[in-house]
Amino acid sequence: MTQLAKVNASVVVEQLRGWNAQAVSQVVEYRGETTIVVPKELLRATAQQCRDNPALNFNLLSDATCVDRFPVEPRFELNYHLLSIPRRERVRLRTSVSIQHPVIDSLVPLWPAANWLEREIFDLFGIRFEGHPDLRRILLPDDFEGAPLRRDFPVEGKR
Amino acid sequence: MTTVETAVGTTKSMVLNMGPQHPSTHGVLRVLLELDGENVLTAVPDLGYLHTGIEKSCEDKTYSQAITLTDRMDYLNPLGNNLVYCLAVEKLLGLEVPKRAQYIRVMLVELQRISSHLVWLGTHALDMGAMSLMLYCFREREEILKIFERFAGQRMMTSYIRIGGLALEPPAGWREQVKRFLDMMPPRIDEYEALLTENRIWQGRLKGVGYLSAEDLVALGTTGPGLRAAGVAYDNRKAFPYSSYEEFEFNVPTRTESDCYARYLVRVAEMRESVKIVRQAMQKISEEGPVKTEAPGIVPPEREKMKTEMEALIYHFKIFTEGFSPPPGEAFVTVESPRGELGCFIASDGSPKPLRVHFRSPSFINLQALPKMVQGQLIADTVACIGTIDIVLGEVDR
Repeated sequence: MTQLAKVNASVVVEQLRGWNAQAVSQVVEYRGETTIVVPKELLRATAQQCRDNPALNFNLLSDATCVDRFPVEPRFELNYHLLSIPRRERVRLRTSVSIQHPVIDSLVPLWPAANWLEREIFDLFGIRFEGHPDLRRILLPDDFEGAPLRRDFPVEGKR
Repeated sequence: MTTVETAVGTTKSMVLNMGPQHPSTHGVLRVLLELDGENVLTAVPDLGYLHTGIEKSCEDKTYSQAITLTDRMDYLNPLGNNLVYCLAVEKLLGLEVPKRAQYIRVMLVELQRISSHLVWLGTHALDMGAMSLMLYCFREREEILKIFERFAGQRMMTSYIRIGGLALEPPAGWREQVKRFLDMMPPRIDEYEALLTENRIWQGRLKGVGYLSAEDLVALGTTGPGLRAAGVAYDNRKAFPYSSYEEFEFNVPTRTESDCYARYLVRVAEMRESVKIVRQAMQKISEEGPVKTEAPGIVPPEREKMKTEMEALIYHFKIFTEGFSPPPGEAFVTVESPRGELGCFIASDGSPKPLRVHFRSPSFINLQALPKMVQGQLIADTVACIGTIDIVLGEVDR
């Protein structure tokens, strides 16, 4: 099982490197999961390659979420979990954005599924997505101040 | 709050607020409908009325404390939520769970799947005007909740699945109780089908309503019965088996029509498959054996040991004060909840509290398909579509 996962992981990395040598800046293997660290500028192009390359065929965007590594800079780590239904495989694309410029390309043009996932990240972490058609708060009220899932936001809330 | 301006208005159209207090929205979902007569031009869902910040709260709890929060997300599938969270923590820790505990987990989440589908069927039939069915469905669900009560002491917020295994040894006499339920269930499903499947009103309300192509559904991230009703046989239990699902024999029911009626048929067929899985699980569960793994410092020691062994007492104290610290890293685990792919992403920084816990809740993502599904349809069909997407607002808003 783990061996199979390893072989598949190298296929993804190989295909992406063959497409653009800059696309993969790091590969992390942990507990049988593959994480491909992608430069921020190449995120959308790499994701498109993952979706459209017939050898990869990651047709479903399963999840997108953010991890705040405060006080490390760049502190926001965005994780996109892609799933290939025909090939029964998953991969995680990761990229980082800083607090000074918390902006990243939206994946909505590739997967409409990214719409609410990115709105949720915008809502809870305050990261803006360029090219998102409808970037509004989704879970919190519009007049809420701050981004509550940032690590420097107190758990008990601000009073 | 989403306002009227969100919908594009023309002089002929009117904007109608459906929810958040509307019985057919199954909780506190608000949908802004822009209507031309009785036809829906646009539908804009507005979420967040049940947002409780569960993911933020998890950051201030130890890994074992957060289990009780997971129950409260998808309140029709608490055991499934416990399971995905515990699987994620176990993956971070590299823990193996004893086979007996794995089989009991499978049995319980499959019973949970039946109970969740029963609530869905009952409430959806109620929305469509078939009122008596709800009473039958809730009658059978009650039997499942009684089983859970015997196992966990709780009917709904069970927290029975714990990191490294289960909270307790199964109660005495559980086999008879589960067997009684399994013998009762298939004929009852036949009864529901006798009332609905060939019913002309039921077919008239559901057939051809809420169609979306498989490509659209995949692009929108829909999983679960909604996707399987479009002919895509994607099921986490088969594609990425967890908790020993690879040892079970069952089918993944699919349809190709991708309308509300197909989703109904898929869910009913899934209930029958779940009965099969529970039967197999009962055979696999041995009479004796551990329900927790041996992992000092992570899994609480037996009560008896604490009275005689110094180490056990120290471990117990440490687990419930400081907690345990998984090594730094991330884990993303998915299971097949009654609604689709339920995922849990945990990032650990090596401290006793998780750095980040995120749930990929199927209700939240499946609901994204609603605007496209209802566009151009009648307002009454919107009710059918919301129903067959099968949302639980606790999970949508978290």
